[in-house]
Formats: sequence, C-alpha cells, structure tokens
Amino acid sequence: MAYLSLSQVTKRFGAVTAVDRLDLDIAEGECVAMLGPSGCGKTTTLRMVAGFEDLDDGEIRAGDKLLSSRRKNYYLPPERRNFGMVFQAFAVWPHLSVFDNIAFPLRVRRLPRAEIEARTAEALAHTNLTAAAKGSPDDLSGGGKQRVALARALAIRPDVMLLDEPLSSLDPHFREEMRFEIKDLQRRFGFAILYVTHDQAEAMALSDRLLVMREGVVQQVGTPLEVYRAPANRFVFEFIGLSSFLPAALGAGAMRVGGEHARWPASAPPPPELVAAGAAVLAARPTEIEFVAEGGLRGAVARKAFLGETIDYRIAVGDVEVRVQKSRHVAGPAVGESCALAFPRARWYPQD
Amino acid sequence: MTSAVATTSRFGTPQVLLGLSIAILVIVVAVPVLLIFVNAFWVDGHFNVADVIKVLREKDTYQALLNSLILASGVTVTGTVVGTFFAWLVTRTDLPLKGAMKVLFLVPFMLPSFIGALAWKMLLSPRSGYINRFFIEVLGFDGPVFDIYTYAGIIAVETMYLFPFVFIQVAGALERMDPTLEESARISGADLFTITRKITIPLVLPSILSGALLIMLYSMAHFGTVAVLGIEAGIYNIPTLIYEKIHQSAGSFNSIRTGTVLATVLVITAAFILWLQNRVLARGRYQIIAGKSFRPTEVKLRGLRMPMLAFCLAYIGFTIVLPTATIFMVGGLKTYGLPFAAENFTWENYRYILFEWDLTRDAIWNSISLGFAAAVITMFAGVIISYVIVKMKVRGKGVLEFLGMLPFSVPGSVIALGVILAWSGKYGVNLYNTVWIILVAYIARYMAFSLKANSAALEQVHDSLVEAARASGATMWQALRDVVLPLVRPGMLAAFFLIFLPALRELTVSVLLYGPTTRTIGVAIYTLNEDGETVYSAALAGIALIIIIVGESVIKRLFKGAAGRKG
Repeated sequence: MAYLSLSQVTKRFGAVTAVDRLDLDIAEGECVAMLGPSGCGKTTTLRMVAGFEDLDDGEIRAGDKLLSSRRKNYYLPPERRNFGMVFQAFAVWPHLSVFDNIAFPLRVRRLPRAEIEARTAEALAHTNLTAAAKGSPDDLSGGGKQRVALARALAIRPDVMLLDEPLSSLDPHFREEMRFEIKDLQRRFGFAILYVTHDQAEAMALSDRLLVMREGVVQQVGTPLEVYRAPANRFVFEFIGLSSFLPAALGAGAMRVGGEHARWPASAPPPPELVAAGAAVLAARPTEIEFVAEGGLRGAVARKAFLGETIDYRIAVGDVEVRVQKSRHVAGPAVGESCALAFPRARWYPQD
Repeated sequence: MTSAVATTSRFGTPQVLLGLSIAILVIVVAVPVLLIFVNAFWVDGHFNVADVIKVLREKDTYQALLNSLILASGVTVTGTVVGTFFAWLVTRTDLPLKGAMKVLFLVPFMLPSFIGALAWKMLLSPRSGYINRFFIEVLGFDGPVFDIYTYAGIIAVETMYLFPFVFIQVAGALERMDPTLEESARISGADLFTITRKITIPLVLPSILSGALLIMLYSMAHFGTVAVLGIEAGIYNIPTLIYEKIHQSAGSFNSIRTGTVLATVLVITAAFILWLQNRVLARGRYQIIAGKSFRPTEVKLRGLRMPMLAFCLAYIGFTIVLPTATIFMVGGLKTYGLPFAAENFTWENYRYILFEWDLTRDAIWNSISLGFAAAVITMFAGVIISYVIVKMKVRGKGVLEFLGMLPFSVPGSVIALGVILAWSGKYGVNLYNTVWIILVAYIARYMAFSLKANSAALEQVHDSLVEAARASGATMWQALRDVVLPLVRPGMLAAFFLIFLPALRELTVSVLLYGPTTRTIGVAIYTLNEDGETVYSAALAGIALIIIIVGESVIKRLFKGAAGRKG
C-alpha cells in the first residue's frame, strides 16, 4: 500500500516551473532517492513534502491523511506532519547540548519526562552518541553533528524520514559509513525514506527505487539496476555512471563515426526510426567498449592514464574522442598505436 | 660584517615603521590619557586615592555618575527592544516594503543626535514647545502633554538615534543565520512562537547583547542630547559635567581635577563595557552561518501586515521626518515662537548665516577643513600602524597592539580633556584656543575608525601576494607600493569617509576645545541655542543636515560604483 503519495505535484517560481506534475508513491519502509543535477527540483519536492513550500498544483497525502492540496488550499503545517528530517548543513542547535537537541522534538510534544529521557537515551544509543550527550554539538565533527541530526529525527519515531543531501557536507570516508548507519537504522525502525542527492553512487547504494529528475520533470523511476541497465533516455544514461557518446551517421547495416566506417553492432542495432533518420548518437559505458582485432571502428590511442585497477584510454576516432576503461589485466594498445573498437552493449539515442 | 642586505641591519624598514607607529600613538593618544590618570591620582607629587574618593562623593559628581548610569541603562533597554523588534520585522516577516524599511531604519545613524535633541526641544519643551503649545492653546489642556526636559525625554531622544546599533547587528545575524536551524525545529513539531523563543532568540542573543553594549557605551559617553535637554532641568551626566566644570571655571585646579576623576571613571567603564562585548562575541559566536539555502520561512503577519507597515512608517515619520522638518521650519521663521504660517517664513536667516555672519561662516569652514585634515592624516597614520600590527613580524608589536586598542575605549570628552592637559603650554607647546588643538584631538578620537577599516582591508591581502612580488624581484618598498597599497585603497577610502563625515557634525570634543574663532558647526549650533538664538541655531542645523545628507549619498554612490566595477 502506498504510504506517502504525491500526485500531479507542481511548483512554479515566477516563470520557472521547478517541479512539473510529479507523481510518486512510496510504500511503508521503502527508500526512494530523488536524483538529479542541482536545480532539477528535487529539493523543492522534498520541501513540499515537508510542508515548507506550498503547491501550485496537485496534492500530497500520507496514508489517508491529506497533507497538502492546492485545490482545497489546505496545508498541514510542517510541525504537525510528524516527519523526521535531516538537512545538508546539519542544522543542529549550537546553544543546546546534544541531549537537549535530541530531546527538543519530544519536549515540544509535551511527553512525560520519563519518556523523554528514555526515548532520547535510545536515540543516543542507536547513533553511538551516548558519550557525547552532555557536550555541545559544536565540539563534534561533521559526521557527529549529522548523527545528532539523525538522532533528533529518530526520536519522534517518524513513519517517514526526509533526508536532504545529508551526506554531502561530510568527508568522503565518513559518507560511506553514514550510508550504512542510515540503512541500518531504517531496517531496525522500519521508516520510509525520501532521500535527495546529486550523488548517483549514494542514491544507488541506499535506495530501493530511484527517481531521476531534470528541470522539474521526472525522467525515470525504477530500481537502481533498472535505471542503470535500461536508462530511459540520453540524460539518464549520462547522469548514471560514466558514458561515451559518439555521433554516428547511419546507412544500411553500417555507421560512420568521425570519418571512420564500421558495421553497427549486431547485438545492439539502432532502432528503425533512427536508421530512417540517418543519424543517431551511440552511447556506451567506457567499461563496455571492447578492443577487437577485426571489424571494429578504427581509431588511435591519444592518451592513456593508469587509475589503479583500471586503465583509462582516450581513443581518437577521426575527430571524435571515445573514452574506454579496461581492467589493468587486459593488455591494451600503447599511446599512438591504432586499435579497433566494438560496442556490444551500445544504446542509441536521437541526435539533438 | 660584509653583509649589506638591508633586512639584517638592526634598524631596517620594520623598525622605522614600528617606531613611527608607536610615536604617533603615544603622542596623540597615550600621553593625553595618561595625563588624565596622573592628574586624577597624583597631587603635589603624591599618589592620592583619598582625594579621588572625596571628589566622587561630592554631590554633583556623584549625581552625574548616577545620571549617566540611569540614562545609559534606560537607553540600552529601550534601544535594544526597539532595535530587536524592527530587525525581526524586516528580516523574518512578510512586511511590505522591507528593503526600503531597512534603509530607513539606518538613517538615524547619520543624523547628529544633538540636532535631534534641538528639534525635540522646539517641539516638546514644557512651555514653548510647539506640540505642547498646540495641546494647551488649541485643545485646552491644563499643562504640557510631555516634558522633554526629563529622564524619560532624554532616554526617548537617545533611543531614536542609538537603536540602530542593535538593529544592524540583529538584522545581520538573522539574515546570515542558516534557515534550516529554524526549519528543523519546525519539522520537530515546534510552532513559530516556540521556535522564536527557544531557537531564534537564543541564537541571535550574542548579537543582541553586543549591540546593547554598544548602545550603553555610546550613551554613557554621550554629550549632545543631555547637554541640550538635561541642563535646563539640572540633569548632568559625566560628559556634560566635565564640560560644565572646564567651561564655567575656566580651568581652575579643582575643576580640572574633578574633570579628570570623572574622565577616569568614564574610561574605566568604557573599557569594561568593551571587554564585556568582546567576551560576549567570543563566547557566543555560534556557527550559524548559512551554506546553500532557501530563504527563511517568513512569519505571515496576515491581518497585521498593513497595521505593522503603518506603525513602521509612523515611527520613521515621528522620529526622523518630524524633527528634521521642525529644524528646517524653525530655521526659516522670522522669530522663534511664531506659528508655522506662510507669512512668518523667510529665507533671510539662511542667507545671513551662510554669507554674512562671520561666526557661522567660520564654523562651516572650520568643520570642513578640520574634518578633511583629520581624515587625511588619520587615514595615512592608520594604514601604517595597521600594516605593522597586521602584517609585520617584529618585536615590540604587542605594545602597538595595546596602544592601537586604546582609542576604541576612550570617549570624546576624555580625549578633549587629555588634550587640554597635554597641549596647553604646561609641556612647552601651547595650542589652546587654536584650531590645532581640535585637530590633534580629532586625530586621537578617530584613530580607532582608521585602524579598524585599514586592518580589515589589510587582513584581506594575503601574505603570499607580497611574497610573490618579492619572488618576482620587487623590493619591499616596491611590493608595498605596487601590490599592497592598491589593494588596501578601498579600506583607506572607507577610513577617510568614516572620519570626515562624523567630524563634520562633531560636538563632544570641540565643545571643550573651541576658542573665540575656532567654533565648529556643532559648537556654533550648540552655543547659538544656548544663547537663545534658536532660529539661527536651527537654520545652521538645517544647513549641517543638508551637508551631511549630500555627503552620505555621494559616498554611497562612490562605494556602490567601486563595488560594481569589481563585481
């Protein structure tokens, strides 16, 4: 059953449509990540769910409770939505101790003192903050502050947790650790997560489903694997993972890239409408491009960089540069040598 | 001993600059202040505390101390409430015309409060004030509706001019504050009232306190308003009593002593307030600055939107427009006390004081030339001293840092008194009754402004820029001239105007130092008022206001232009 449900949600800032007729259902205990470049409308969507922004169209419900509705001009204020929320800049209060930060949402709910103590202690324990409880959050590292924010959101035992780029202010090695902690807390408490990020690795690692946005419009919704394996369009392909794009002229069974001719890949031929158009863009992951002895697209190695486990090649095919990545165990051509490329898992998109 | 490299010599550039900086600060600031302490505590070659206590226990001294405290506390409380409220209103609510309101609330900063006091005296003095007379003569009241010659009157007028200290600090803090600090409280379940009480106010409390302490510092040492409104009712504070003692008794030993004792109390109080302010700022500097952010949630005033706007406009009309208009209208009256009717107005007063009366013409000229000279000298001295403090690694710098802090905590009347002690011939140089003594006092008074502006500018110039110039083959002097100086020029320019404009309207210092031909604009307005020449006093005040407003707008334009070119 859909717990959190957004339908036709729209937000305009002046002439700009920040979010355009967005539909999304989130099940109980599900984690959905909203992914996209900055300014794509993902944070605005989250803020509408939280109740900080009004809607220009559509409505948002939680279970059978109406949260926001443009038509009914009804907005439940943020303080009565009972969500947990974690912000990018931590937003922990420096004038209160760690304990008081976490107890704050319980105190404003006027819970009995004993229950406040117990639930705060529980949230502290789950976030490994018990030792720091008496101190000021200003004495903690970024990761520590973010754990305080997480504990504060946990304390009210929310059904939905709204996370606004919660890891992007942290050092890279903390990010991975916090990712696991968030996932772990979710398993234990069973809340749903709506997660905003521009980091695709983070989104894929955390979420049950991904929602990719661009300029306010949803591009694709699906599991991380679906989105990676079958990107709905060129934008999604480019945004998720590394990519090489080759503009190609299409003829009968053959393509021309950068002045070089080759047969198009038999395992992944271009769709008929693009063949009819006579031109397309060939898209491939750099790791899914193969060096072949015969029959590939001819090029020469322009640059070669050793990245550790992988070797990064830039192959010049005429005036087109193609990025290829191979394991260091694969014997590849040297700089200046010519080579031939095959694209067994190519995808085709229309040219702009 | 073959080395000829300049930096290895014991008296290289750094030592020369350091010596020069110390000399300037010692002569201009330290000696006068020191002489005050010496005169207060040193009688006939003996250290003497009993006498100091005796002076403090004299009724008028003791009453002046008490009055300073009462007035400063009152102004601090009202100014803080008013400043915090308006700051919240223009940053956190959906009040209409917020941008314009914010600018308008800062206008009192540039208007001299003694001119305001003059206007309020014309409006609300118990018998002849226009408002009181309107109520008595037209509406048939038995007595005045409000007597401005009271503690309440003085506190009200000072509040109008000092509340921007709190306003500017709190508005700044509220604007820079990360809105998610409040949003996270909202999503935690707190309503706006709880958030304001538990989150917003505690977070901006350091700014509120620091602004409040600045109000207190200024009010404590404030001369003009109390001199205009208090003396009639016998209300003296420390600076006005110092003035009274020095002025009435023409420099008798006893009055000088009383003055120095009062000045000592003032310096100690000021130093204590500043120390407290530094502590508040240091302890309370929370990391609340916003990163990427949405605009803060605004409190929707709903039905109160228009009434609040009306209230703000009424406040501005009452505290800025009304007194300013009063000054210009009274300045145009044929005789003070005539009703404001067309047949009673004349341009004659303005023409007379601008073109014919030596006293006022001299005053305008004195103020402009004194302000200009003080600004230029202080600007250059300030840049040298700041350079030594901020940039140079040289032994003995600590002395300089201490001396550099000194001007911040020395109120104007103390400087004036110290300058009298130092430059009245007792030590070989007699500048008394000349413009030079005012100039020396202005340099001491405004050195703090110059040091602040120049240090701020110099701190922006990273050491590596100079090092890069040296590495490219420039000498120290070339690096200073071609790299540092162009980069700190905006700071120097800021210092110039930060000094020139306040000096134009200055009263506290020059009123203690003026001689027969060395009145400043402020002194001329003040003495004309004292002599009962209310109309001429108002006319000159009007001209002063025009000069100030024109000056401020020229500078705003200038700095905006400079910022625009950079960005």
